[in-house]
Amino acid sequence: MNVGIIELLTIFVLAAFVGLEVVSKVPSILHTPLMSGSNAIHGIILVGTMYIMGSAHGGVQVTLAFFAVLLATLNIVGGFVVTDRMLEMFKAKPSDRAAKADRPSDGDTGGAPS
Amino acid sequence: MTLNTWVDLVYLLAAIGFILALKGLSSPKFARQGNILGAVAAAAAIAITFAVPSVRHAGSRLILMVVAMVIGAVIAVPAARKVKMTAMPQMVAIFNGVGGGAAALVSFTSFLILTSNDALVGKPAIYRIVEVILGVLIGCVSFSGSAIAFIKLQELITGRPITYPGQQVINAIVGLAIVGVGVATVLTASTPLLVVMLVLALVLGVIFVLPIGGADVPVLISLLNSFTGLAVAASGFALDNNLLIIAGTLVGASGILLTRMMSKAMGRSLANVLFSAFGSVVTATGGEAGADARPVKAGTPEDIGVLLAYARKVVIIPGYGLAVAQAQHTARELADLLMERGVEVFYAIHPVAGRMPGHMNVLLAEANVPYDELKEMDEANPEMPTADVALVVGANDTVNPAANDTPGSPIYGMPIIHADQAQNVVFLKRSMRPGFAGIDNELLFNPKTTLLFGDAKDTLTKLVAAVKSA
Repeated sequence: MNVGIIELLTIFVLAAFVGLEVVSKVPSILHTPLMSGSNAIHGIILVGTMYIMGSAHGGVQVTLAFFAVLLATLNIVGGFVVTDRMLEMFKAKPSDRAAKADRPSDGDTGGAPS
Repeated sequence: MTLNTWVDLVYLLAAIGFILALKGLSSPKFARQGNILGAVAAAAAIAITFAVPSVRHAGSRLILMVVAMVIGAVIAVPAARKVKMTAMPQMVAIFNGVGGGAAALVSFTSFLILTSNDALVGKPAIYRIVEVILGVLIGCVSFSGSAIAFIKLQELITGRPITYPGQQVINAIVGLAIVGVGVATVLTASTPLLVVMLVLALVLGVIFVLPIGGADVPVLISLLNSFTGLAVAASGFALDNNLLIIAGTLVGASGILLTRMMSKAMGRSLANVLFSAFGSVVTATGGEAGADARPVKAGTPEDIGVLLAYARKVVIIPGYGLAVAQAQHTARELADLLMERGVEVFYAIHPVAGRMPGHMNVLLAEANVPYDELKEMDEANPEMPTADVALVVGANDTVNPAANDTPGSPIYGMPIIHADQAQNVVFLKRSMRPGFAGIDNELLFNPKTTLLFGDAKDTLTKLVAAVKSA
């Protein structure tokens, strides 16, 4: 048996336990952003597509690698940007509370019905 | 240190970054920093990969690589920036699907590269072929499954579960064919067989998702997200790349757990979400028998405005209808107006209000509704009997008492907000159409219920005017 594959399997198993542990206490309001954020993280397949493009030979392999890079870029860039947009909403929390105390009917930005 | 050591070191740091990113994303306080940390880690890993000799010396292929990245970024950034908050679930589905597709392509192409290598004597090792098959299989299921999920959420096809005669037989045939072709591919290392495998996996993704009802699609996306993670891990095995294995496995494992938590929030088991399409027949007939025949009480904005203005406690229960109408700002305006008059107002948020868990919190936060006016379902329900008015804005299934008292109903067992316990119930609804789950709501026919038909934003605007003049 190849030693390399056992090492890789070891990493796999340990990473699986870390993955289960690290999100075990997420509150339900963060389910969607967490899903979206982990969606962006698996966009790291972009690194894999770079290696594939690096060792591709001939039209078929290069074409496949090209689309792989393209799709992976969509995943990683879109994933992080869309997650950031979702989480933007969470940042205004303290200032919102402050705004509420003295606001007659409108806060700083969001009041205008548009 | 050699270059390889540097590359591995940066990959290790990136892996730590991803772990901390997931940790951050699990807490409201650090969620945004977590996401940014993840992006920085990814950027570092990509940057160092450019220094790898096989990539650096790729010549024209290096240019093609950069071109593909630029095209991808030019498409992805505006798409992610401009997408409406309400269409977020579809967007996540697309980004997930393309990731799965990329992983499948990596595994597939790595196989082509491996078998076309002149230095290769005989067949590649069996574990190599297994790694490739798993990557292609899981990646393709995620790709085509996400595509169907997108089509369902975009309502290009019906959100109801799609069933057809012989479904079980077809599923069984595709399943067996995949196992058979998989074994044959391992034994022969044949590229044409791997192509057949790829096509079968795409078909599997489609037939797996079609029977899943629209209301359950978010849970499904979470599951497919986890699948893509596993496909990335499989690609990592095929490329002997630690970072891909760690990142993919993190997402795969956390995604499975997240999927289970989501289905739990809907009071269902994951198996029930995935395989319960059989119930859809009951749903359809139940819907036809119940609707239209019985009278409902429709009110005018003025009546309801008076009801609200002179209430002591009003609970706003927002649903997807509020989101599509972009009425979150108007809802806040109404709430503020009532609070000025001394009415106690809060929002009761069902865990799956909107289209995804947490979706409604995001939408209301966008409208600057303060957090302390939002109450989670468990916190809101004990207060419902003392509420004078439950104002249901574009929600339906999440207040459907059938979840408590109709064992045959597809949503039976789902926790709901007990709008039915309030003194009065007001529904702002576009029509008598049933909600996303496709089932009738008895509460609409309850004598204490008043309906106001129309787009949520229009009706809320009218209510604001009515409360002002009340």
